[in-house]
Amino acid sequence: MGDLKQELKEKIIEQLNLEDISVDDIADAEPLFGEGLGLDSIDALELIVMLDKDYGIKLADPKEGKKIFESIDTMANYIAEHKTK
Amino acid sequence: MKDNPYKIAAYCHIKQQRISLNGDIILENSEIDFPSFIKSVYKHFDTDYPKFFKMDNLSKLAFMAAEIIMRPEKKGLENNQNIALVFSNRASSLDTDRKHEASIKDPNAYYPSPAIFVYTLPNICMGEISIRHQLNSENSFFIFDDFNAHYLSEYTNCLLQDVKAEKVLCGWVELDENTFEAFLYMVAKNGPIAHNVEAINRLYKKSWEI
Repeated sequence: MGDLKQELKEKIIEQLNLEDISVDDIADAEPLFGEGLGLDSIDALELIVMLDKDYGIKLADPKEGKKIFESIDTMANYIAEHKTK
Repeated sequence: MKDNPYKIAAYCHIKQQRISLNGDIILENSEIDFPSFIKSVYKHFDTDYPKFFKMDNLSKLAFMAAEIIMRPEKKGLENNQNIALVFSNRASSLDTDRKHEASIKDPNAYYPSPAIFVYTLPNICMGEISIRHQLNSENSFFIFDDFNAHYLSEYTNCLLQDVKAEKVLCGWVELDENTFEAFLYMVAKNGPIAHNVEAINRLYKKSWEI
């Protein structure tokens, strides 16, 4: 699980173009949206595409993303449980 | 013929790794590829705006040109000024369109990026500038074969005469991969240069020669 969390942090930084933010700056339980990393609605859509492309997870309802993308912890748990590749 | 009452208050040109403001070169850079070049420009001018890194390349170019030309404006005046934006180019958003196309051309790897797709219109760059400077003003983006001083001048005069804006930031922002050019100028009631087609073309040509 630790490797997956590390991988997620690296992907988020790269794919969401988070300049001047390193893996060490992202705490596992820190909120990704709002006061956390300050991600926005386009970032949320980008994360949905990332789940599909990299882990074979298709979200039928984008509203599911609100819970899944709460933090690195919640993302990693969901991916570990549902990934198909 | 009645003189045009409006003036060019300032102008900025970004081209071939050089930036000039009001005819003076203010930055030269050896970075060849556009992303490296514009990132170094962002850092040089101490621009603290993380959303910059999420923009497409055309928006980054327009954003930094506007940033440089409007820095004095920001120092002396409040935000929410009535500054209209009238931009133009030849390639529209082709550079970003190609990136979007690459993400959807393989039916077996169909993963369009929302972050790229939202920039597949050239006028989005004006939205980024409006957000940055809190402008709730008129904006228009025209596609021409070449820089068209006559059309920009006429359109700008109409906006000012009809009191649709107090100032107009206008010009040309063109980008296709590592070939790029931004020429923006601010038209206002006061300024050192007459606002007419001849002057605009002279400044544009002069900037070409820097």
